[in-house]
Amino acid sequence: MALLQISEPGQSPQPHQRRHAVGIDLGTTNSLVATVRSGMAEVLADEQGRDLLPSVVHYVEEGVSCVGYEAAEHNVADPLNTLASVKRLMGRGVADIKTFGSQLPYEFADDDGGMPKIKTAGGLVSPIQVSAEILRKLAGRAEIAFDSELDGAVITVPAYFDEAQRQATKDAATLAGIKVLRLLNEPTAAAIAYGLDESEQETKGQDRTIAIYDLGGGTFDISILRLSKGVFEVLATGGDSALGGDDFDHAIADWLRQQMGMDENLNAIEQRILLETAKSAKEELTDSSQVELEVLDWQGTLTRELMHSLIDGLIAKTIRACKKSLRDAGVAQSEIDDVILVGGSTRTPRVGEKVAELFGVEPLCSLDPDQVVAMGAALQAEVLVGNKSGDDMLLLDVIPLSLGIETMGGLIEKIIHRNTTIPVAKAQEFTTFKDGQTAMAIHILQGERELVSDCRSLARFELRGIPPMVAGAAKIRVSYQVDADGLLSVTARELTSNVESRIEVKPSYGLGEEEITSMLQDSFSHARDDMQARALREQQVEADRMIEDLLAAIYKDGDALLDSEERQCLKVAIEELRELRETTTEHRLLARQIESVAKASEEFAARRMDASIKTALAGQTLDEIEKG
Amino acid sequence: MKLTSDFFEIFAIPVAWQVDGSQLQSRYLKLQQEFHPDRFASHSDPEKRLAVQTASLINQAYDTLKSPLKRAQYLLELNKIDASQDSHITSDGAFLMEQIELREALSDVRDSADPFAALDTLRSVVEHSYAEQQDQFQAQYQASDFDHAFNTVAKMQFSAKLLDEIEQLEAELEDL
Repeated sequence: MALLQISEPGQSPQPHQRRHAVGIDLGTTNSLVATVRSGMAEVLADEQGRDLLPSVVHYVEEGVSCVGYEAAEHNVADPLNTLASVKRLMGRGVADIKTFGSQLPYEFADDDGGMPKIKTAGGLVSPIQVSAEILRKLAGRAEIAFDSELDGAVITVPAYFDEAQRQATKDAATLAGIKVLRLLNEPTAAAIAYGLDESEQETKGQDRTIAIYDLGGGTFDISILRLSKGVFEVLATGGDSALGGDDFDHAIADWLRQQMGMDENLNAIEQRILLETAKSAKEELTDSSQVELEVLDWQGTLTRELMHSLIDGLIAKTIRACKKSLRDAGVAQSEIDDVILVGGSTRTPRVGEKVAELFGVEPLCSLDPDQVVAMGAALQAEVLVGNKSGDDMLLLDVIPLSLGIETMGGLIEKIIHRNTTIPVAKAQEFTTFKDGQTAMAIHILQGERELVSDCRSLARFELRGIPPMVAGAAKIRVSYQVDADGLLSVTARELTSNVESRIEVKPSYGLGEEEITSMLQDSFSHARDDMQARALREQQVEADRMIEDLLAAIYKDGDALLDSEERQCLKVAIEELRELRETTTEHRLLARQIESVAKASEEFAARRMDASIKTALAGQTLDEIEKG
Repeated sequence: MKLTSDFFEIFAIPVAWQVDGSQLQSRYLKLQQEFHPDRFASHSDPEKRLAVQTASLINQAYDTLKSPLKRAQYLLELNKIDASQDSHITSDGAFLMEQIELREALSDVRDSADPFAALDTLRSVVEHSYAEQQDQFQAQYQASDFDHAFNTVAKMQFSAKLLDEIEQLEAELEDL
């Protein structure tokens, strides 16, 4: 048997190569990709030097024809096959689509009430597939820049995204073949981009409370963060998913229409002309106090004061949402130390004025408000991928909406309340209702209201394999685990017999695991070898990680936590894995071996965690522990 | 995941009613710095899963210890008394009468001339009795008088719930 490598304490057995990581802002209208070069975050442009990628995909009979600027050009001529703004559809159901369907020109396929599929020339596509195309395009941009494959990405999501929407985003990344290091809330990314963690250190570790005001084209987000000893903690999030700078344009366009004496039934061309005039007037009024307008055969003047009167009501709505979030966070207006402006619509000076008025602080706006989110994501990706020591930054997030289950009479019992710090685990005990009952259905929802019909259905779980007993005798413990990305997983166990119940997950608006696998296969159907090669590479990376982790763990804790027999068993398992990793080309074989090593080391891992949590604060310095 | 440590042990503080809030917070942050899943983002899947479980446990421990009500319930739980159910009711008739009066006062707030002032008055009454209940709990707990401590926790539940509702009503009034 080969000797195990033993490295110096405090060093990993194999020194890391520099890994390639990016931050991706997957936006409703535009998306961006950024990375860190010589310590600075920068947005990666395409070959023509353009930073943004319009979030648009064009489909033809053969499938995807193009993504981005090129796709957006088909918007007028071929609107039904030119898919834009799909972010609004992520993790949504067909019923939701009907409520804002008029905004989107697409034809939706009738299906079983689950996730909407859009009819295109290339067949039915889901919003997840469309997002995957955008992500793939951005990853391609990065791979050209790196001249290498991507090791991982941090992808940003709005803070108000529920579990289904986050899961859909992660599924899109999986389809695009991108390893997600973390889903990061957009406002949190903005705070990182401004380096507020560093300015906190300069003020000698005083806590800072930060408000991030994010007004995009069609959405508004407000987040209250606290920064304490280098740790970001999201105290509260709020906003309005149907309010944005586009509403400013609409308000101005509507005023124009009235001035021009036109009724509300405009044709598409008139509507576009009015909107474009409104938009450019808004932008001009950033610097001048009034603007002369000429639209069709109408002429007139719009003053800044008049524009303010048109948009102040909309801004006031955002201010009310800010106050609500402050209350949720338990923070007074005067306690806010920094305010950050994010989103193109914050370029309207009136917004900054009102925000400054509310918080009593001049907002930060030195970075491009369109780019801040991607830049912050890139900085976080750099830490997570292991290029930068992790001492500097940690993000604690909260769950934005409560999780609950359906109880009798269509009511909801909350299991995890909103604004609870994640990751979080909760368990509940159930019993059977009938003699011999072997199955049980659980319906999981997300939202704040009391009625099932007012909340968002996330998934239905069926527990099967409950041992038959008299009614009320079985004790079924259902455990809900929400991870650091806000994604939910559920396990169940019958306690009296210790039988693990099988759970079938039917995500209400997402993709099942099988669907993802089959889509992945489809996307590689032209090149089966490609898929095999990729799967093998993924397993090899996982095997390497596992060997590295285990060797480091044995070196550090093996003497204290393993007897000689256990130690020997683990060594053999690691050696077998290492050998297989070098020799096999069969990814399934490697995956099985990884699984079995994981199983063999489970107990050791639990003991290590138990031991390290006991010693974490007991006299040892953090530095010593981190070398584990 | 089963860990052998209780919540107090995780934070390396003695099992007691008195908890130093700022010490708790700084230790919480230290623990999350070490165990948060982000620290394991480039590790193998089993290590990542374990980190998720551990960080969840630390969050639960912090959430429990920082809240007076949950901390009291947990102290009783460590002494094998389940005080976490919402349903157990105090048999103190005078206390229940007082609660009914407070609830009536809360429902009258909307109609009062200055609802915010009325809410503030009500809040300080409830906060005062909540503080008294906590003192009571401390004395009973230290004397290992768990029966009475159990009863006091029931009263604390009333106060905590009422304070929540006062918060909610204030939020609603501000939104109007």
